[in-house]
Amino acid sequence: MKRHVLHPLWVAIGLVGLIFLARSFLVPDDFGVHGDSFTYNYYRLSNIQEWQDFPVKYRGKESCTECHKANVRQNRRSPHKRIECESCHGPSVNHPDDVEYLPLNKGRALCLRCHASLEYPDAARSDLPAIHDRRHKRKRECVGCHNPHDPREDVE
Amino acid sequence: MTCSRRDFLKDAIGGTVASVLPLSAFTFLTTDEARAAIADAKVRWAFLVDTTKCVGCGLCVDACKNENEIPYDAPVTRTWVERYVVTKDGRTLADSPNGGRDGFTSGTIREEEIDPDNVAKAFFVPKLCNQCDNPACVQVCPVGATYQTHDGVVLVDREWCIGCGYCIMACPYGVRFFHPEHRVADKCNFCYHRITKGLQPACVQSCAFGARRLANLKDPDDPVTKIITTERVAVLKDEYGTKPHVFYLGLDASVR
Repeated sequence: MKRHVLHPLWVAIGLVGLIFLARSFLVPDDFGVHGDSFTYNYYRLSNIQEWQDFPVKYRGKESCTECHKANVRQNRRSPHKRIECESCHGPSVNHPDDVEYLPLNKGRALCLRCHASLEYPDAARSDLPAIHDRRHKRKRECVGCHNPHDPREDVE
Repeated sequence: MTCSRRDFLKDAIGGTVASVLPLSAFTFLTTDEARAAIADAKVRWAFLVDTTKCVGCGLCVDACKNENEIPYDAPVTRTWVERYVVTKDGRTLADSPNGGRDGFTSGTIREEEIDPDNVAKAFFVPKLCNQCDNPACVQVCPVGATYQTHDGVVLVDREWCIGCGYCIMACPYGVRFFHPEHRVADKCNFCYHRITKGLQPACVQSCAFGARRLANLKDPDDPVTKIITTERVAVLKDEYGTKPHVFYLGLDASVR
């Protein structure tokens, strides 16, 4: 074959070789088919562990019980027992180790999420005690009168 | 061409033996060996949404955003709650302001005041990733950055994703979005970091009404699995063949 044909051919083969060389460095060792399907299970295996190590923020009512016994006990007897503490008090993250105070939300808007009147027949929402935002103590905070831990009790 | 009886018998027997021989290469596995070969097949995560219990408070969306570090005020969310109102004159209205993050506190839908007397039925439908058995989003990924784990959850590799957005377009349920900070595709993963530690997903834990529940379909004693297998449940967009694993109780035909 003539040289002007062979030259570009060597260049092309060299480039392909370079790509394979670069690929062997850039693609992680654990990248491949991990499972029975190339379509769905072609991935970097260590990514699963990375997702499992994602930090947990909401720790649940049980973890509050250790220190805030009285509040949790009062709450557990009330119609609000099914609401998580952290829904109003904010995610505990590492409280109390390095997050000393939680971002407590005691705004009227929070209560209205469930207790704003929506007259929807056959919806669970209609079963909850509800107010009309514009008619009931406008712009006052609910927690001034109603105890959120046990709404059956008034605030002293 | 001639073929003697002897040759014919020789070839016939030889051919039969040769075709059967490779089967001996396969071994019979005991049940335990077969289970071990399919890695950790004791778990298949699924989800049950009871639309009859949802009141539209949106605390699940709020918890999800905080738990999964999704920018709070960006118009993206891993889970959301839709409100459907079917009027007596036959119209279906639906909305989901901020994905339902702040709850539903007024009867106005898309700036339209709905007369309460005209409401035939109204309900809330929480939505999240369906963790499909045939995930369309995974099929289209050109780089292998999204995949299905052995327990059925579809994850996104943030290191590997190039942000091309094919998967966002491929998902028939619209659950994928572009993460504004990490600049990659993002989606609900049933709080994979929580469920693999024995915790409930953040949205399930924050739901005060039991409208959201997690199930392990491989565990026949799981109470939620019992509901999914014995009661009348529906899935969204079954016709796409994606085999979604979020099951709904009380799903109305008007839900899209």
